[in-house]
Amino acid sequence: MTDFLFYVFAAVAVAGSLGMLLNVRNTVAGALSLVGTMVSLGAIYVLLDAYLIGVLQILVYAGAILVVFLFVVMLLNLRQDAFTPERLRGTKALGVAVGALVCVELLLLLPRALGPAAEIPADFGGYRMVGAALFTDWVLAFEVTSLLLLAAMVGAVILAKRSID
Amino acid sequence: MVEKAVALSAILFVLGALGALTRRNLIVILMSIELMLNAVNLALVAYARHWGDLAGHIFVLMVIVVAAAEVAVGLGIVIALFRNRESVNVEDVSLLKW
Repeated sequence: MTDFLFYVFAAVAVAGSLGMLLNVRNTVAGALSLVGTMVSLGAIYVLLDAYLIGVLQILVYAGAILVVFLFVVMLLNLRQDAFTPERLRGTKALGVAVGALVCVELLLLLPRALGPAAEIPADFGGYRMVGAALFTDWVLAFEVTSLLLLAAMVGAVILAKRSID
Repeated sequence: MVEKAVALSAILFVLGALGALTRRNLIVILMSIELMLNAVNLALVAYARHWGDLAGHIFVLMVIVVAAAEVAVGLGIVIALFRNRESVNVEDVSLLKW
């Protein structure tokens, strides 16, 4: 059952990212198909016992980041003719070939990359264990994060301002 | 399960890299970068599950924070660019290109 669910969500994730990649006409539809990818990745996180990360994935990525993308696409009111027909056929074919090569190489190397699996505790990945790790071992990283978010907030406000005075 | 998740992460990363390299729409390039970050997150979660180490989950939290900050700044740049050039095509902003 778990395997079946994994395949379903993996197929949705790949289809959503292909929909984003190949949709050259409509950016809104591309962003919406990326929402499908993010939600199914959240489900895969839950299947991998990362419950807190799964919830945060759906809240932050599907709920906040992609909404900001949609917001900007609609704010700029990009019409279809705002996008020039994409050129560079040779470069694109080369890119697809190299991408397929890298993908095959990664898939061939992966099975040998993993050692024996470790035993995991019962509530692995729940908010209790992740929270305890975050606020003890990684508390410095957590605090530095606040500085990063402040810098990003100020930067976004300054960049999107109409005039700086 | 873990191996399959890492394989999916490789596929998603290559798709995101292709999008970032071949598309010319700045918003789509930013979305492709988000896709690559998500693929890395998936690999981190899978390895954390395999080795029973919660550090992977903490890394994923940090990547999510950085992605949110990156989107805020990146889309601010897109808006500023659109205001100046009436375009979000990266071919139109090639001043720093060799």
